[in-house]
Amino acid sequence: MSARFAVGADVRVRAAFPPGHVRTPFFVRGKTGRVTQVLGPYRNPEALAYGRSGEPAQPLYRVVFETAALWDDYRGAPHDSTVVDLYENWLEQA
Amino acid sequence: MSKETKGGSGSAHRLLRRHHDMGGLPAGPVEPTEHDYAPWEKRVDAIMRLLGDGKRRLITTDELRRCIEELGPGAYDEMSYYERWIASITNNLLEKGVITVDELGRRMAQIGEAWPAGAEARDAKLAERKP
Amino acid sequence: MAQDHEHGHEHDHGHDHAHQPHPFQPDLEETPLTHYQVMTQAVGDLLIEKGIFSADELRAMLEAIDAKSPAAGARVVARAWTDDGYKARLLEDVNKAAAELGIDAGGIPIRAVENTESVHNVIVCTLCSCYPRLLIGLPPDWYKSRAYRSRTVREPRAVLAEFGTVIPDDVELRVHDSTADLRYLVLPLRPAGTEGWSEEELAGLVTRDCMIGVTLPKSPHY
Repeated sequence: MSARFAVGADVRVRAAFPPGHVRTPFFVRGKTGRVTQVLGPYRNPEALAYGRSGEPAQPLYRVVFETAALWDDYRGAPHDSTVVDLYENWLEQA
Repeated sequence: MSKETKGGSGSAHRLLRRHHDMGGLPAGPVEPTEHDYAPWEKRVDAIMRLLGDGKRRLITTDELRRCIEELGPGAYDEMSYYERWIASITNNLLEKGVITVDELGRRMAQIGEAWPAGAEARDAKLAERKP
Repeated sequence: MAQDHEHGHEHDHGHDHAHQPHPFQPDLEETPLTHYQVMTQAVGDLLIEKGIFSADELRAMLEAIDAKSPAAGARVVARAWTDDGYKARLLEDVNKAAAELGIDAGGIPIRAVENTESVHNVIVCTLCSCYPRLLIGLPPDWYKSRAYRSRTVREPRAVLAEFGTVIPDDVELRVHDSTADLRYLVLPLRPAGTEGWSEEELAGLVTRDCMIGVTLPKSPHY
């Protein structure tokens, strides 16, 4: 599987807001994180949801975000983190 | 649109956030409620597992989720978890032509007629059966 | 969120072949069926009549659902606590490691995330309610609630505090949002004071909630 991003890469989640079935949560759109794991390939849920094959399968990334950078008013610890599984089509080089 | 979106209350992005996509929205305390799943709820779950298994592959998890999302915002306030599931499963089956609206409607009427919903009708039936 | 659960009556007609549908006969004790309960009954019956699945398959699946419980997760955790090699395999692939113990955790990949002295993990699915059901059974209502799904990514420490769990500030709180095909299971820290305990005794300390991450395992101190 050829993955665009390697473990340790800084990636930004695209700030796109399409209607329809998407597995990229709103709260990480436009945010920057770091790849901790490269998984897959997995078929695209955005196509599977409409009865299509979801191919070509694409890499899935575990991306870690600094939780304090996700929220204006975060009151936890500065080193708290949030990990989200994101499909390659939602990520770009940070 | 700014590249770095800040996760505030989200009012500026109200229309951009789909209603099921609720991570970060304000909410009240987590009520530690639990309930034993009712037989009909487990039936819904079992039906979905069978429909999605390797033998059938009739409905994917993705299609289930997508149809739940398409139930609309009211679904989260008005329907319970497995009510959303059966509504989604049914819509999927109708879309795919596995069942028809006509046959489903007739069958539901048949089942419903055997036991009409509504406390008054039920009480009347109970009264009928008493010696 | 309103959870209005009226208890419908389970009905398997026990016929595999297409037949004239006989009227649904609920017990008099049953409260009236809701629209969705009627729908559930109708859809199941129609699918059986059309041969999509048999009544036996449905019955077997219901039994399989009932057979899953947090006990299976407790077993893999207890084994991992006592066997470093197993723990490494568990962290690599929960489904495979569970199979070593004769537990069928299904085909959807489950990942274990390990609590340490410096990291505490908690699992949520903000978009729906993904959960490692095939290993530890059906999730509790609160896991699927609006409050849990909304707040756990935003104020995880406050949510954990509502469960009576306070994570020290010097410990990183790591929230996992299960957005894709993977499901997550927290591998909690083995409680202190359990040296020499058997796996069975250790499994008794492992609750469903500590595998979600909202609590710690039970304490060994009575």
